[in-house]
Parts: sequence; structure tokens; C-alpha cells
Amino acid sequence: MEIKNSLTIGQYIPTGSIIHKLDPRTKLILVLFFMIMVFFIKNLVGYILFFSLICILIVVSKIQMKYFIRGLKPILILILFTVFLQLFFTNGSPVVILGPLVITEEGVYLAIFIFLRLVLLVFSSSLLTLTTSPMQLTSALEYLLTPFKFVGLPSSEISMMMTIALRFIPTILEETNRLIKAQSARGIDFEKGSLFKRIQNMIPILVPLFVSAFRRADELAIAMEARCFQVGAKRTHLRELQFERRDYVFIILFISIVTVVSIFF
Amino acid sequence: MSIKVRNLTYIYDEGFIFAKKALDNVSLDVFDREIVGIIGHTGSGKSTLVQHLNGLIKPKKPDTVIIDEVDIFNPKVNLKEVRQKVGLVFQYPEMQLFEETVEKDVSFGPRNLGILEEEAREKVREALEMVSLDYEKYKDRSPFLLSGGEKRRVAVAGILAMKPKYLILDEPTAGLDPWVRVEIFEELQNINEKGTTIVIVSHDMDEISKIAKRIYMLSNGCVVLDGSSDYVFSQFAVIKELGLSLPQITEILYMLNLEFGKVDFTQLDLDRAANEILECLKRNKKWKSKIV
Repeated sequence: MEIKNSLTIGQYIPTGSIIHKLDPRTKLILVLFFMIMVFFIKNLVGYILFFSLICILIVVSKIQMKYFIRGLKPILILILFTVFLQLFFTNGSPVVILGPLVITEEGVYLAIFIFLRLVLLVFSSSLLTLTTSPMQLTSALEYLLTPFKFVGLPSSEISMMMTIALRFIPTILEETNRLIKAQSARGIDFEKGSLFKRIQNMIPILVPLFVSAFRRADELAIAMEARCFQVGAKRTHLRELQFERRDYVFIILFISIVTVVSIFF
Repeated sequence: MSIKVRNLTYIYDEGFIFAKKALDNVSLDVFDREIVGIIGHTGSGKSTLVQHLNGLIKPKKPDTVIIDEVDIFNPKVNLKEVRQKVGLVFQYPEMQLFEETVEKDVSFGPRNLGILEEEAREKVREALEMVSLDYEKYKDRSPFLLSGGEKRRVAVAGILAMKPKYLILDEPTAGLDPWVRVEIFEELQNINEKGTTIVIVSHDMDEISKIAKRIYMLSNGCVVLDGSSDYVFSQFAVIKELGLSLPQITEILYMLNLEFGKVDFTQLDLDRAANEILECLKRNKKWKSKIV
């Protein structure tokens, strides 16, 4: 047994494409905008246009398609389940009748829509995380959260926490895999046994994992303090985010295409 | 009876951008009752290699990893049995400790193998003794409150309690104090003399040269040198080119040989090496008068 890193978060793949070079804030805002607009699409042509737009961007990003498809894996069951529900439990004019199950024309359409919608959401968010390093992403988020400072939201602390969390996902994943192996070497069989036995088998993984996570947290806190980290202090950035001309061009183009498509289709 | 590895290749993340060839056509033999060393830089594939030996990483092709004439690629093979036979102590094994008492933790392996309470206790006692820990004194203590060296020993005992025929240790002394290192190596030597075959993975030449009779040297997933430790350490050019250091004794003798000639630099035994140095210095007039 091995836990694969199927989360696309923190799976930044640098290829140096134009999309990588865009300001992370541009990408974050546009992805959010795109995700909202996906819900306004009403017919198949609109979905196909949106899908082609994303595919063009994927090609431009120079990242292979399989990384995007891998991002679908964690929610595969969700996709299949919703498609199944839409397919069989939508009222309308029947197309195929399989005993008690009736597939309706409307059901087929809705199933396709839901499927495309979920794929679009996953692909667009993968496009963001695959082309933007976690560091850039958190600094973009920090910037976008700044207005909320006035209502008492500690935006730079939140972004610091996110940076740390993102930074430790791969580390902890690696450690989990190591522990699974180390305990397998002591004769645990993670793949067999009753549900209760399998839950029990998690203890030899979780206890050491927590022990080391706490130790790490402790060490990190000391290391931060040694570098004079203070909660609430004004922090500067090594790399200040800067909008370039390409960002403006990209924002205008993207927003106008997406708006036009969602109005007409 | 032995461990046989034939033309083993392993690629991490095969087919993806981060794909990395960890092992490239590696062949290796471990015979009964010997001590074999595997050395190489970090990232040379040492750990990947040893994880194949007890099926933690399953070989992709048949006839690549054969333990006591059994090909572990075969889906019918019971991996639990393989893991009992080939005990693998991971790097920093104290990280896997989790039970409330030392006794419970060490008996975890035997219990997983379905051994009964009473018998398991006996195995725990034997295993703790093998790593020089007193059973009565340690059995009820929490493994989390022990010193670094004690933790490491408890973790090693956890594998020994499964009575493996082959014991594989990945950097068994990393991060320990020098005297604890020496003690642990003595314990390993004793365990070997009682009949357990041992494979030690390390990047420390000095350590390996003291204990291993045969050595495999890995670099970038390939075996670059293999043979008796005398032979391997006499291949200075290769070792230097790989950027690995020689055992200190060899380094000194080698330098003397370059300077004065006629020095047997394959000597790894401390006393004989000292003799060799003295002989060499006596042969040279300049130094003769200064040696008492």
C-alpha cells in the first residue's frame, strides 16, 4: 500500500510558459471568475467553447494532459455518482428503458452537463496550481485578502499558515509512506483484514506521525523565533508582485471571451 | 540458501516529468552467514535496493529478486513470510516506535506474525539482550522517554524479535554518538556470529570497512564496484572519482605509498596498518632517527 500524491496542490510543474509568467493574482482572479461563470452556461455549445478555451490554455502552458487527468482521480467517485443520479433520476421523455431504470433525454443532457462542469472546475483549478508555485499562490491570496484587514482578518498570518501547511503536505505524505513501509516490514498487512482490523492498523502509523508532526512544529517555531518572527509585525516580501502589460492583456481578453460565451450560450 | 538479485531496474514515477531511474540493472548476491556492505552517496539507490529485498517495493519483472530460491515477484508468494525471513531496519528506525512500553513495541512484529503471548515474550527478551538492553529493566518503560541510542536499539530489537534469517540495516548508526556506534557494530558482529546474515547500508567507509567482508558500491543506481572489502578499497581511482572518501587507514597508507612506495595499502586491520606505517618510515633514512 502506498498513498500516492494525487492532490494536484503543491504539484507545481515549471515549464516557463507564458501562463507560468503571469502574475499569480491574475491567475487566481481569473480562475475564480471562470469557475463562477461555468455555472451560467446553459447549453452544450457553451460547454464545448469553455472546454476548448481551457484546452488551448493547457497547450499554451506546455504541461502534459496526463497531469490534469490525474487531478480527476480523487473525485472520480463523486463524478460517477452525480452522473449516475442525473442519468437515471431525471424526469422527462424516456429514451432507453432498462427494467425499472429509465434514461430520459433530459437526463442524458444533464449528465453530460454535470460531467463537463466538474471536469472544467478540476481542469481550471489544476491549471492554476500546476502553473503557480505554492509560494506565489499564497502571496497572491495574501494580497487579495488585504482589504479584509479592516474587519480584523489577519491576512498575512493566514498566508503564512497556508505557506507552512502547503510546504509540509509533501513532507508528511512522504513520512506516512515511510511509516507504512516500516510497519509493513514488521508484519502488518494493510491490505487484508476486517474493517476494524484495518482501522486498528492505522494506530502504528498515526502515533509516530503525530509525534513527529509535533516535534517538527516545535522545531519550526523555534527556528522562526530565532529569525525574529513576530505575529502581527509588518512583513515585506522578497519578490513584490507586479502586474505587467501581459497581465492586463490577458485579463481583458479572458474576461471578455468568458463573458460573451456565457451570455450567448 | 541466499539472496539473489539479477538485473534489477526500478524507476520512480515512471512516465511522469519527475521520473527518476533509481536502480539500473543491479545484480547482487548475499550468501549465508556473511556480512555484506552496500555503500554509495545519498540518492545512489541504496535504500531503494534494500526495500526490494523484502518486497516492500515489488519487482516489476520475474526472476529479479530471489530469496532462498523463491522469486518474490510471484503473486502467490506470501510477502509476510518474506518479511519475516528478511528483517529490514529502516533509516532512523526509532521513528516507527508507537507502543506504550518497550515490551509491547518489540513484540509488535511477532504478534503480527501470529505468535502467542508467552512465546513472544521470550522472543522480546532474546531480542533485547542481543542489543545489550536488560529485559527486566526496560520492558515497562515508554519507548518515547529513552535516549537516542536506546531508542535505536529498541527499534532494531523490534525486527530481531521476528527472528529474521537475513537482517538488513539502512544506515544503522546515523545520527548516533561515536561510542554508541562502536557498541552497535559490536552487537551486530555478535548477532552475525550466532548465524544471522547481515546486510549493512551506509555511506561511511570507515564503518563499513570494519565490519563487512564483501562490499557493493553503488552510484546513480548502478553497481560500480563489488568484491571483497580489500579489493574494493584498493580501487582508489574509482572511489575518488565518485567523490566518496576512503577509510582513513587506507587514505594514510595510500599517501605513504605515493610518497615512499612499497606500502601495502590494502591493509584494513588497525594493528597491521600501524606496523606497515612504522616499517615504511624505518625504511626512509630521514625519519629513522626520529622513531623511538
